Amino acid sequence: MEPKLRVRDVYKIFGDNPQDALDRLKRGQTKEEILEESGQVVGVQDATFDVEEAHIFVVMGLSGSGKSTLVRMLNGLIKPTFGQVLIDEDDVASCSPEQLRRIRRNKIAMVFQHFALFPHKTIAENVGYGLKIKGVGAAERRQKALAALDQVGLAAWADSYPSELSGGMQQRVGLARGLATDPQILLMDEPFSALDPLIRREMQEELLGLQKKLKKTIVFITHDLNEALMLGDRIAIMKDGRFVQVGTAQEIVSNPADDYVAAFVADIDRGRVFTAGHVANAPAAVQLSASAEDALQTMEESNRTAVYVLDGEKVAGVVSYQDLSTAARGNGEAGTTLADVLVTDYPSAVEDAQLHELYGLASTGLPVAVLDGKGRLIGVIEPEAVFAQLSGDEQTTQQETGQSETGARAAS
Amino acid sequence: MFSPSDLLVIPFDDWINTLVRDFLVPNFRPFFRALQVPVTGVLNMFEAFFQFVPMLVTTAAFALVAWRTVGRGMALFTIIALIFIDMIGLWPETMTTLSMIVTSVLFCAVIGVPIGILVAGSNKLWAVTRPILDIMQTIPSFVYLVPIVMLFGVGMVPGIIATIIFALPPIIRLTNLGIRNVRGDLVEAAEAFGSTRWQMLWEVQIPLALRTIMAGLNQTLMLSLSMVVIAALIGAGGLGLTVYTGLGRLDVGGATAGGVGIVLLAIILDRITQALGEQSGVRTPSLRQTLVSLFRPRAAATGETKKSGN
Repeated sequence: MEPKLRVRDVYKIFGDNPQDALDRLKRGQTKEEILEESGQVVGVQDATFDVEEAHIFVVMGLSGSGKSTLVRMLNGLIKPTFGQVLIDEDDVASCSPEQLRRIRRNKIAMVFQHFALFPHKTIAENVGYGLKIKGVGAAERRQKALAALDQVGLAAWADSYPSELSGGMQQRVGLARGLATDPQILLMDEPFSALDPLIRREMQEELLGLQKKLKKTIVFITHDLNEALMLGDRIAIMKDGRFVQVGTAQEIVSNPADDYVAAFVADIDRGRVFTAGHVANAPAAVQLSASAEDALQTMEESNRTAVYVLDGEKVAGVVSYQDLSTAARGNGEAGTTLADVLVTDYPSAVEDAQLHELYGLASTGLPVAVLDGKGRLIGVIEPEAVFAQLSGDEQTTQQETGQSETGARAAS
Repeated sequence: MFSPSDLLVIPFDDWINTLVRDFLVPNFRPFFRALQVPVTGVLNMFEAFFQFVPMLVTTAAFALVAWRTVGRGMALFTIIALIFIDMIGLWPETMTTLSMIVTSVLFCAVIGVPIGILVAGSNKLWAVTRPILDIMQTIPSFVYLVPIVMLFGVGMVPGIIATIIFALPPIIRLTNLGIRNVRGDLVEAAEAFGSTRWQMLWEVQIPLALRTIMAGLNQTLMLSLSMVVIAALIGAGGLGLTVYTGLGRLDVGGATAGGVGIVLLAIILDRITQALGEQSGVRTPSLRQTLVSLFRPRAAATGETKKSGN
């Protein structure tokens, strides 16, 4: 499927001779050199990216990195100097003012850092603003505004004024205003930066919850990498008006493109970036009917301390090497069945579970079973693999345990 | 001692004379005469209205407005002041002055607010307009009375035109300021939702600038009041004429009476317009709502005061 939003070779140069600045950029001069020599400010350079429908694309950068300029070029609040911004087939960068208005009214809405609610309008009027601009009648406007407010849980405040609401509530109204016109694309310019940390976290979760239902195409601007990693299906790291790296949260954390990104990533809570699926191994399992000898052999071969036992397709439990060998010594190998030493109270997680949710499970010492939706075993996580991933030493890709990492190091 | 005038004397006054007498007057007099027509129409309408409405009705109306906008104290003051003016025999003159002021303020608003909005949108335009406004405000009004007489003749309407020129700058300045001070992100938000220029003005910029615009209107009103006496020099009537006549005859009493009348009228109008401006800033800045609140049924209002009285 075609991406919803396609940005091609977009540059924004503030100054009276953008062509000159562009030539200088192409010759490899930096932003600072161009400013010094020609007085032109490069806002955004060479931005090219796609945003798939129903994805959240996060642009992360520090202040002055050009991220706010970039997002404003997507709805034409700032006109790109060069390049194309394609929403479906319309180019925001070059279309007529009427067409730009039509796109803004129907396809793309924006949520602002400082909420930008109109202080002279009630909450319902604020939320209905986009509809009013479109020429929707008062009754329908009110009804749609209330519906949008309901989504963010503020329907009761419809007739209050923005000044009566707290910051978090005001931004919910900002979000409702963005959603009221039912746009396909939502631009969010640091929407949660002005909120205190607890409210911010709450809003992030709420946004993810809403996104599950609404499936908007979202471009989200932030200066907080944690926020970016939490929300973004794909993340672009921006520096000096340029994308330094574009990728998923896991790609960026496990494989930073340069020292700049690496410095950011160093402080990241990796337990919230990686999921159970990233550290799981292919399961080594035996059937319940297998002999103790087979099970011990399986563990020895795969160098593991425990093995999962399946009863048909379902997981029956786990047996540890220690328990099984002790029992085997006591009863003789032939007289020991796996059912005797089966731990049925095994730790389990779903594939999407974040690593930080596994800490408690990993501390049992038993490998954690990764189950799919139907309760089938699709992977096993060794406790040490969780901590290896957290320590972040691992430069290699996912699906590798501490074991193979050591191997790789020794080889290099 | 040498001075530059030994070398060259610039006949500046002659140039202006030539410009006005030989160029503007013969060529543009019909144009300037035509300009008077709308002013005359509006003025006559107001004058006829204020002279027709009985004194007690006008007083009651002013008192009501003062009460709704400012408070009971101001309403009481309005009643006493207007009765005093009537008792010193200046009611008709006061109504003439009032209609002159209302006319000039109306024209100032009609001309000034759009200009203010226009210059707020363009730095270049503002750079051109600003010195003109400075000149309009600093040039002594006596200076342009002469060309006004030459171009417009004498009488009430030229007096009002002089007043408009004198009182116009503040409303332009403050409209410009008000529109420019609307928070950038609000304008951006309105734009991001696809507002047209007009929608932006009506929905966002003017309502948010209204408080500042009202302050400009108040300034304009005060300036036109102060121009009333000067306009009497070129034949405008009303309280200004009373003062001017008193001055000519060394009639201290007459001049003072006229002066007191102007001051009382000024206080009433100033307080009411100021209160209108402040009200509009707090909660209900739409002009319609403000006006509606003025004419809310009396019964509801008395109920309110009774409650607060308890």
